[in-house]
Amino acid sequence: MDIFLIVMGAILTNNILLTTFLGICPFVSGVSGEYASASGMGMAVIFVLTMTVPINWLINHFVLQPLGLGYLSLIIYIVTIAFLVQIVEMFMKQFLPALYTSLGVFLPLITVNCAILGGVLFALSTWNLGFAQSAAYGFGGGLGWALAIILMAAIRERLRFAPIPEGLKGPGLALIIAGLMAMSFVGFSGMINIRDFGG
Amino acid sequence: MTEAKTIAMTTGTSVQAASAPAIPLAQHLPQTKGWKELVRDIWDDNPTFRMILAMCPTMGATTMAVNGLAMGLSTMIATMASSTTVGALRNVIPAEVRLPAYMIIIAFWVTLVDIFLRAYVPPLSAALGPYVPLIITNCFVLGRAEAFASQNSPGLSALDALGVGLGFTMSLTLLGITREFLGFGSLFGIQLFVGWTNWVIMIIPAGAFLMVGLYVGIVKHFSPDGQVGGGS
Repeated sequence: MDIFLIVMGAILTNNILLTTFLGICPFVSGVSGEYASASGMGMAVIFVLTMTVPINWLINHFVLQPLGLGYLSLIIYIVTIAFLVQIVEMFMKQFLPALYTSLGVFLPLITVNCAILGGVLFALSTWNLGFAQSAAYGFGGGLGWALAIILMAAIRERLRFAPIPEGLKGPGLALIIAGLMAMSFVGFSGMINIRDFGG
Repeated sequence: MTEAKTIAMTTGTSVQAASAPAIPLAQHLPQTKGWKELVRDIWDDNPTFRMILAMCPTMGATTMAVNGLAMGLSTMIATMASSTTVGALRNVIPAEVRLPAYMIIIAFWVTLVDIFLRAYVPPLSAALGPYVPLIITNCFVLGRAEAFASQNSPGLSALDALGVGLGFTMSLTLLGITREFLGFGSLFGIQLFVGWTNWVIMIIPAGAFLMVGLYVGIVKHFSPDGQVGGGS
């Protein structure tokens, strides 16, 4: 039950993009302009977040904390993320070529996507979640991010022929749409609080 | 990022030569290379409103003016330190592993900034939360290291980082001032009005998106070339 609630909470009440502003760069740039690239990027984020949060949890609890190396955590997390993205890319190229060609371009970009490091930091430092809960948060956070960017792409495809003031074309309007989306997500706030599951 | 800007970045010349009408402000300033870098980074290539980079801290850490200022300064210091390091080590780091090397250099400096804030200004550190560690994945910190510091001397790299950092700090402080004024009726924690009705929307995430969107639109409307780049 915890797991289900955390997944739902990560999608709706603590949406990683619309409430904590993580991973906005691809959200307002070209990626969200087209439905296909938005869903490709969304899939890649789900995949990488689901893997990195639990693996960094294991590293934090079995390597960093017993050795008292807490001050190295940021460097270790980012190296782990970069390493995992590489592994995922090589693995996909070898065994899932179809998925690789559809995600290919987006995978390397993910190392510097703040949604990944942000998800890890929220689960491990801010909320101090357990292992299963962290994994659930990683998966739910990825789903929430993908949901937001796919919704955005759908809206922007409809807006392509709308009369928009010259200055707001592109990123400006994307941000204002995101603001309206964030406002509608306020309706979910208070339903589930992920903080309650932390230790 | 337009092609002209990329070329200007690699050659170290001002982007003014490439883009048509020059900004009046820049004409009055000394025409030295360092000055040109600074001005270009603060206005022409303003990381927040022109390049649309580093959106996470721009929105997450600007509910109060003082948070925006602190976030901007922390990022500026981290950028300057990492750009100087990358500039000094540019002939030592092999090209094949340069990106992981830059990430580790940046992570090192950001860790120092984070520990410093936690030790000396704990309330501020708590208010900024995970956005200080997240400077590591800030697009323009890595961007300056890769586009500028990897080809220039440590001194010039530090100036370039200072320019970007100042532009970023100014944008974040401006956003913080606007959001704090509308959201709380105060400036830098000083209450300006009695009986001010708080605009709650400005304090919640939705207000951040709306405000940044408006500023991007305004800046684009008044910029000479009307160009706004997209982040990675």
